[in-house]
Amino acid sequence: MNKPPEPNSFRTGPDEQGMFGIFGGRFVAETLMPLILDLQDKWNQAKTDPEFQAELQHLNTHYTGRPSPIYFAERLTEHLGGAKIYFKRDELNHTGSHKINNCLGQILLAKRMGKTRIIAETGAGQHGVASATVAARFGFPCHVYMGATDIDRQAPNVFRMKLLGAEVTPVTAGNGTLKDAMNEALRDWVTNVESTYYIIGTAAGPHPYPEMVREFQSVIGKEAREQLLEIEGRLPDMLVAAVGGGSNAIGLFHPFLDDRNVQMVGVEAGGKGLDTDEHCASLTAGSPGVLHGNRTYLLQDGDGQIEEGHSISAGLDYPGIGPEHSYLKDTGRVDYVPIMDTEALEAFQLLSKIEGIIPALEPSHALAEVIKRAPKMRKDQIIVMNLCGRGDKDVFAVGKRLGFEM
Amino acid sequence: MTNRFDTLFARLADEGRPALVTYIMGGDPDYDTSLSIMKALPEAGADIIELGMPFSDPMADGPAIQMAGQRALKGGQTLARTLAMAKAFRKTDTDTPIVLMGYYNPVYIYGVDRFLDDANAAGIDGLIIVDLPPEMDGELCIPALEAGISFIRLATPTTDDKRLPAVLANTSGFVYYVSMTGITGSAIADTGAVGEAVNRIKGHTPLPVCVGFGVKTAEQARLIGRDADGVVVGTAIVQAIVNSLDGDGGSTSDTVAAVTTLVGGLAAGVRAARLEAAE
Repeated sequence: MNKPPEPNSFRTGPDEQGMFGIFGGRFVAETLMPLILDLQDKWNQAKTDPEFQAELQHLNTHYTGRPSPIYFAERLTEHLGGAKIYFKRDELNHTGSHKINNCLGQILLAKRMGKTRIIAETGAGQHGVASATVAARFGFPCHVYMGATDIDRQAPNVFRMKLLGAEVTPVTAGNGTLKDAMNEALRDWVTNVESTYYIIGTAAGPHPYPEMVREFQSVIGKEAREQLLEIEGRLPDMLVAAVGGGSNAIGLFHPFLDDRNVQMVGVEAGGKGLDTDEHCASLTAGSPGVLHGNRTYLLQDGDGQIEEGHSISAGLDYPGIGPEHSYLKDTGRVDYVPIMDTEALEAFQLLSKIEGIIPALEPSHALAEVIKRAPKMRKDQIIVMNLCGRGDKDVFAVGKRLGFEM
Repeated sequence: MTNRFDTLFARLADEGRPALVTYIMGGDPDYDTSLSIMKALPEAGADIIELGMPFSDPMADGPAIQMAGQRALKGGQTLARTLAMAKAFRKTDTDTPIVLMGYYNPVYIYGVDRFLDDANAAGIDGLIIVDLPPEMDGELCIPALEAGISFIRLATPTTDDKRLPAVLANTSGFVYYVSMTGITGSAIADTGAVGEAVNRIKGHTPLPVCVGFGVKTAEQARLIGRDADGVVVGTAIVQAIVNSLDGDGGSTSDTVAAVTTLVGGLAAGVRAARLEAAE
């Protein structure tokens, strides 16, 4: 891949066409274009409107429970014997993950646009739960598309969504995972474009979604920056976050992108190994292509057909990635590495035992990378990892995998 | 250079009838059967052939065309083979316009320049790429026009008068009006509203306006054909193929005839469109 020239700032994208270098854009059917342009207008107004920002901040504080703490993982740090490890604890948010940050912002926009119905896609179910939650909070009917495979492995979240009043439609096309759920949500959207707002769950899709979702998730990085400066009096040496579509990672990374001394690592799902077909490492093992409204790195064959990914974590089980990550990879600003299912499972168990925190399988991937890197770093160095979701939803699937009868 | 669209629509204007535009998925259910169907279409009454390029993630298509794409891919269809199919068709038919229809990624991966060269060599007349709106014209639309291949744009019920000029700006061949907000194969829209929309678009362009999405029967073709310059039928043809397959999804001796019978009826429908309208 041709490496784009190093920009003066990594924080200026996307351009007016929604591009981050060659990535991003608006690759959607004409039916959706007028709506996408309207969304862009409303978003441009909202992002500089103090009233919108105040409303969002009020919800973040009183509904979600922000700011989330930054936590020094003393026992884990001692155990690994290297860099000091801090967790940004977005797993403590209402609904149990970072997904709520984005959903609150988007539902306020939906309200401004006069939409009357919410749709969403979900993989692990965290985004579906967060969407169903904000829909309940604001009185919108909500329809969630979820792959049939994911419905099986994330049963607790399916019930949560139903409790919250959402309708959950199983998607059986393809492998029945996140990509297929997103196709089906797009089909619903194109059919009900007048009434419906589509809350995309990650920093991907047609412009302005990648920028918009990043801005709503950047609260993570902004808080982490302030919190760490207050505790340690300096910036971290390294940020680590899991990437599926990449919203929690871009939320943590973006406020630090121009702090050139802060190294960043995005952790992809290596599944059963990159030498197999069963992984989701689109940045490490994929190539640029066009899917779901944007150009980005994808898992695909030589004919441009999208391949099914695999990960033990439903939330990382997506063959694409947000376009800004593709740009950050090609510019070399962020390193992207894979972590295997088995490594994530070990990290999941270690954190439970050593810190009394059961992490979701998604940040367990980030943690497995921290476990590799921290011992090689000096004790005065600092890693901040985004602990973006809690593991309650995964205990049944992990229990089954570890042979525990439930 | 002779443009097959212009020649065709001039002839149909003389005949006083709209065009019948038929869609098949390239390689459905297999390459040989699909080519036989394609070759039989003009004789059965099709005026323009839309040849689908299968894609793993057809976001604007309903279940019938999704499944057709899956059958084609399972049967080993690739973009190269779809181009080869068109080329084989052109050996015996030099008049029927061929439009390749699909999604951008397979074309992007094939390489835009190489694709346009090979499309020209195969006798392709136009492209419909669902996920390339005018905002992305630099990707394929402009290079296609420079290569002498029409880029046929979809206009939809959400394309208002303000946006219509942008949608029509680089369109050539014909304009494809999508009769509803929705995916292929949904229920037919209100034909009266479709007629109004067609006339609204005609107020902005001299190009022929063809209408698709939801046209399944000869009667619908006749009604839509009163106002439209062409009627596009896709899902119904794909469904006729499905109904002719054996238990394992393979073609049978009935497959080609199932399509030609349906297309024959649709052709009678478009030929009756203006007769009644004139009454």
